[in-house]
Amino acid sequence: MSEEQKSTKSRRIVPIGPYHPLQEEPEFFKLIVEGEKVVDLEINLGYNHRGHEFISPELTYDQVPFLVERICGICSNSHPFATVLAIEDCAGIKPPARADYIRTVIQELERIHSHLLWLGLAGHFVGYNTVWMWAWKYREYVLQVFEMITGNRNHYAMNKPGGVRRDITREQIPEIEKAMDVVEKKVWMLTNAVLDDPVMRARLEGVGILTKEQAIAYATTGPTSRASGVPWDVRRDEPHAAYDLVPWDVIVFPEGDVLAKTKVRLLEMIESVRIIRECLKALPDGPIQARIDEIPPGEGIGRTEAPRGEVFHYIRSDGSNRPLRHKIRAPSFMNIASNVVAVRGGSIADAALTLAAVDPCYCCTERMAAFEDGKQKFTWQELLRLSWQKTERLKEKYGK
Amino acid sequence: MSKLGLWGLKKSPWVYHVAAASCNNCDIEILELLTPRYDIERFGMVLVGSPRHADALLVTGVLNRKSLPRVMEVYEQTSKPCLVVCIGTCTCNTNIFRNSYNAVGPYDKYLPVDVYIPGCPPKPEAMITGIVKALSKL
Repeated sequence: MSEEQKSTKSRRIVPIGPYHPLQEEPEFFKLIVEGEKVVDLEINLGYNHRGHEFISPELTYDQVPFLVERICGICSNSHPFATVLAIEDCAGIKPPARADYIRTVIQELERIHSHLLWLGLAGHFVGYNTVWMWAWKYREYVLQVFEMITGNRNHYAMNKPGGVRRDITREQIPEIEKAMDVVEKKVWMLTNAVLDDPVMRARLEGVGILTKEQAIAYATTGPTSRASGVPWDVRRDEPHAAYDLVPWDVIVFPEGDVLAKTKVRLLEMIESVRIIRECLKALPDGPIQARIDEIPPGEGIGRTEAPRGEVFHYIRSDGSNRPLRHKIRAPSFMNIASNVVAVRGGSIADAALTLAAVDPCYCCTERMAAFEDGKQKFTWQELLRLSWQKTERLKEKYGK
Repeated sequence: MSKLGLWGLKKSPWVYHVAAASCNNCDIEILELLTPRYDIERFGMVLVGSPRHADALLVTGVLNRKSLPRVMEVYEQTSKPCLVVCIGTCTCNTNIFRNSYNAVGPYDKYLPVDVYIPGCPPKPEAMITGIVKALSKL
């Protein structure tokens, strides 16, 4: 018996999902293991597909932000933010300065609550529920600020083409600053608690390493790539809203393991607090909405840095009040693919943590699913071929 | 059901959480219920990891074609009587996704639903009220 046959024979499959207590979303992982060691991973998604790109052209430009908000409950500001940037790019207008600052504040508040949420879940995955409870307890301060500014704990509905829907009043600013003081203090406390704890260090250090080359090859974005030493951040490299008007730093760590990803997220929260403080200090007076009379035919692109990485929205307009085509690419789409290399070679016990380390968001990712009778699926190649055919059809129909 | 069993169910309902095709928000708010601010464990409610242990199913998100057979399977695995609590507008009437080709309609077409909790997402207080109402039906 050859060496290869021997190793194939001892392989076993550990299925995780689709409904399992590990993560709250349905997804299916097939871990292929040799003893304790994970040798390969297969990911099967599609349980969460709702057809946003199909519904979006049926809605008007004012309604689209409400739809894309419901792509994901955690990034529920990033998606509408990118959409309105795309619509404004298409219409060639610029929102007022005050709206830019308010958008930045909301986006950074969202980053804090998302990173705290991840930290808590990471603690839960390594069996350290104290971290979970504490992180989520302090996340409540951010949600209270959201409720005060926008009227809802999640799904804020702040963005509209040309500006924001609600203002931050003068009375709200001291309340936000007070909450930020608490959050900053507690994030430092959690940082020290996580990094000094020998148990957490043992579970996180050297686990699920994604090298810089792999991070680039798999086109990862956000904290996943920054923890592998790729200093890429849309907020800095393609400034939008007020990100180029206030001082802040990009956090980069070169190690690529789960500990580095934790450190990046923890320190990013401190940076977010800094951005919010600076924005509130520099908040200019003036209107919060610009008037849009019509959206001319053409196309627009909106990119922003969601808590998980770069969100990309593309809008094509034919001059009517509805988008002709709305394309969405969420950060988890690339980050989840990098799991395949990160999880390989680790043990089963570490797999749960490694899979969660990129902060996967399946409801963001599932823009495309193909199946028949709940079973048969198109292969990746067939999907690509269908996509090319559709592009050709659209080209014929609309010219260019 | 025996009187003792009913008493046990009312005092300590174990819940299992099923997300069909949700946007995560209702799911996060359900987890929020376990954390210090709301802490539903003081009412004896525990989130369990297997549907076989569950007295109540908390369903979130609009049903789609791929998740429908899985959700039905999860419901069949639960021990009866099992309460079905619909959390979020998506579960009650498919919300903004009613025109989607992949959404197959509200839950009450497929499951015996006991309580509807509308909202996008409902506040944690509303969820607690809804589950208490479901228990008072027993």
